[in-house]
Amino acid sequence: MTMVEPAPRMVEEPLHRRLGVTDDELDAIRDRLGGRDPNDLELAMFSVMWSEHCSYKSSKPLLRTLPTAGQGVVAGPGENAGVISIGDGLAVAFKIESHNHPSAVEPYQGAATGVGGILRDIFTMGARPIAVLDALRFGDPASVRTRHLVDGVVHGVGGYGNCVGVPTVGGELVFDPTYEGNPLVNVMAIGLLEERLLTLAAAPGPGNLAVLFGSTTGRDGIGGASVLASATFTDDDPSKRPSVQIGDPFAEKLLIEASLELIERALVEGLQDLGAGGITCATSETADRAGTGIRIDLDAIPRREPGMEPFEVLISESQERMLAVIRPDRWEQVRAVCDRWGLPVAIIGTVTDDGDITVVEGDRELARIPAAALTSDAIVHARVATPPPHLRSAPAPGAPETPTGGLPERGMDPGAVLLALIGSANLASRRPVFEQYDSTVQANTVAGPGHGAAVLRIKGTTKALVATTDANQSVGALDPWLGAVLSVAEATRNVSITGARPLGVTNCLNYGDPTRPEAFWQLTEAVRGLGDACRALGVPVTGGNVSLYNESSAGAIAPTPEIRVVGRLDDVARLVGPAFVTEGDVIVLVGEATPGLAGSQYAALAGVAVEDRPPSIDLAREVAVQAFVRESAERGLLASAQDVSGGGLAVALAECAIWADDDHGLGARIRLPVANSPAVDLFGESPSRLVVSARPRHIPALVLLARQHGLPVEELGVVGGERLVIELAGAGATGAAEERGSRVADALEVPLAGLRHAWDTGLSRALGWEAS
Amino acid sequence: MTARIGIVVFPGSNRDIDAVNAIEVVGAEPVALWHESATLDGVDAIILPGGFAYGDYLRAGVIARFSPVMRAISAFAADGGLVLGICNGFQVLTEAHLLPGALLRNRGLRFVSRQIRLVPERLDTPFTRAIGKRRPLRMPVAHGEGCFYADAATLDELERDGQVLFRYAHEDGAAADETGDPANPNGSLRAIAGVMNAAGNVAGLMPHPETAVEAILGSDDGLGIIRSFVDSAAARATEGEPLAVGGR
Repeated sequence: MTMVEPAPRMVEEPLHRRLGVTDDELDAIRDRLGGRDPNDLELAMFSVMWSEHCSYKSSKPLLRTLPTAGQGVVAGPGENAGVISIGDGLAVAFKIESHNHPSAVEPYQGAATGVGGILRDIFTMGARPIAVLDALRFGDPASVRTRHLVDGVVHGVGGYGNCVGVPTVGGELVFDPTYEGNPLVNVMAIGLLEERLLTLAAAPGPGNLAVLFGSTTGRDGIGGASVLASATFTDDDPSKRPSVQIGDPFAEKLLIEASLELIERALVEGLQDLGAGGITCATSETADRAGTGIRIDLDAIPRREPGMEPFEVLISESQERMLAVIRPDRWEQVRAVCDRWGLPVAIIGTVTDDGDITVVEGDRELARIPAAALTSDAIVHARVATPPPHLRSAPAPGAPETPTGGLPERGMDPGAVLLALIGSANLASRRPVFEQYDSTVQANTVAGPGHGAAVLRIKGTTKALVATTDANQSVGALDPWLGAVLSVAEATRNVSITGARPLGVTNCLNYGDPTRPEAFWQLTEAVRGLGDACRALGVPVTGGNVSLYNESSAGAIAPTPEIRVVGRLDDVARLVGPAFVTEGDVIVLVGEATPGLAGSQYAALAGVAVEDRPPSIDLAREVAVQAFVRESAERGLLASAQDVSGGGLAVALAECAIWADDDHGLGARIRLPVANSPAVDLFGESPSRLVVSARPRHIPALVLLARQHGLPVEELGVVGGERLVIELAGAGATGAAEERGSRVADALEVPLAGLRHAWDTGLSRALGWEAS
Repeated sequence: MTARIGIVVFPGSNRDIDAVNAIEVVGAEPVALWHESATLDGVDAIILPGGFAYGDYLRAGVIARFSPVMRAISAFAADGGLVLGICNGFQVLTEAHLLPGALLRNRGLRFVSRQIRLVPERLDTPFTRAIGKRRPLRMPVAHGEGCFYADAATLDELERDGQVLFRYAHEDGAAADETGDPANPNGSLRAIAGVMNAAGNVAGLMPHPETAVEAILGSDDGLGIIRSFVDSAAARATEGEPLAVGGR
């Protein structure tokens, strides 16, 4: 034992740490290299591939618990996108990806390249991208930073999506203080393919060629920030350029057409897009999937600029590039297709049988790593999950709630509350944003953004695809299990109310630093909730994305489980919309309100700390509600169907009214029995509830069907007029008003014009945009 | 006979999909025309579709006008052939000086995608004659550079000579205002949404009739325009019927 401290001196951190590789991980890398040390290039390749983003090293054990099998699933997690058969020889491919951190740094390019990346995941599989949905989450809409980010992200999504000609048909825009330092940009794409053209990202057949086509490789988007930071400390070095990638939607459009043509003409054995990890990732993943290796000829890779280091070439995340594995005799044909679309193309390597990713420059071998070590055999960490002391653990599904006191209701004017809610930044019309996205190109859009689920017809069939996106971060912050379950319930419910059957779920889990036990507990609980809900509802998880380290100096974001669901509607003529249709139709509430206002928009509006718990969910009830509404639609009983979610029943009714008749509006007269309290019954967000309307002659059948599904059902009123009138009935109503000493009548009566104005102008007002 | 309608495909065209669909919906035959093609494959009429030809990074349509196919189209148009430019196609036609005016950035400086209404000014042209009666037509717009501009003298001339084909309008058919009116989505001067050349055989408009040809997609009001175009093309092909409509 020495008693002498080492003399203080300038110690440079060893390279692996500067690249974000821990000492333990370095040991694990040595194991996979037969005991030897990696050289600097190999270390750079490992640092990217073993990053959380590429390896899922923290989340992999959790994700394995999710239900992935389901009817028609052709490709599930692990592929570029989930693929589900929809009959007629067709299949749908869909996937979601986050681009949170790039968007925080450079909102336009961050969002644009997010769209580009997710589109590549779709057409890589042989599917033509037919739709994009984007979920955006920001901080306070009044803050200068938020307004800058919103403007940049919206321009980026539009600038890219509009140019490539893929309609943006839906999404979410949510403001919550928790995202002030760390916005969320989660982009989903949907593609349609002929099943026979399904193409996998594998590199089979030793002797085949690895071909890179699309844009050239440059220094933009060099790997993890750690690599950047470690490369140099001088200000004028070009490698200090921001690590945000730059998008070129025109190149992407050409890449889509060229890739689909190569697939259609059966010229490729495997196809993989280049995203995070660049050439290193694309070669190692395709080789590992096929049990082969790839020998990369560094000099053959077309560069955007001279003087690039080997590691820069291998981990560059330059956009709009694809790796194809082809038979040698097809090279001339492949080159001709790329030439026709004006895309650079080069043979950059050969498929081998040694299982290694080998990098050579001339005669020199620069790197040799087993492909599996970079991908399927990458390190997995067992993280520690600890619930925070001030939060209860998640309840068992269906556990009874203890009713607790709600918000102060003294003096509450329900009409004023409704106007404030429907004009609030989170519930007002998203039109000022989505009008900047082309939502109609390709001539498939039956229902675009604005009124619930997006609906896309499938040309040449009677079918349609229905897509929704939901995430409940407010409840997730209070109970991450429940937040995830509610998100799945709402996203699938929004598919079911159109009459469609949910086919599959893709998800983007946005959480904090997994090395913090509390953040990892949130992720663990969310994945448990996601699995519980998907099993109960019988919907497979076909893929997803995990985004961790969503933290800023202001703290971690509220846990945000972004859930996307794609459903199939067999007869688009039977599509049910959310808006009222005909004067005289009867309005029916299915399901019942349960106590709890925590996590609601009403609570957020009231701006008071809410002591009670969010309303829980009975998954069996949720399953019954969705089965009921699909069956009602199938039997043609419904005129409209809307779910009760943000803003509660009052907002749901208001939306049904103002969206009616092509946005001209149709009023309603409602008599609402108060079972809990006026606030809970009008504005509570307990799940598994629907507002449906139907012709009077269909009401008996509808009520009977609801009862057969074991659902509470209540006739609320009638469609008609130019006002929304809600009378509160029952003991909870009049008595409560007297008790409160409120002079406000227990009724809400708002002209549609007022509701419409509040809804139309709310977002522009919140963001300080001029109304247009 | 079935009219064969050429649909130009520039790198970056994207509403060619919509145009093909519309032509099929009305029972005609779509024929893709590659931008590098110097010939037109004997088609009866030509649609320049929407999109971002060559990326349009510099200015919409500015590069496309130099493509080989545009040389062929100029000759085709000079010979009286029917040409319809939609959105990006309209932009290309103005850049190529086959149509008057220019399309500037939207006044709001943002891309605009919404359902609008437009009213045909004339019902006696190859592009409008199947519309039936003058009424507001509902269809989408989706563009960033759609503000129709020309100097006042040119605008007067276009109006005098009957070259204004469509104007943006309100639901009741009243023409939209130039500024501050959401019914005019891009601030086009005199709310002009579409024009034709003096000879009456080349037309362009910013809205998308080709995306509004099926009720399931929200509107089939675009059918009248597409039918007019296809019927006129077929008539010209079979009967050699003169297409050009004179001034008024």
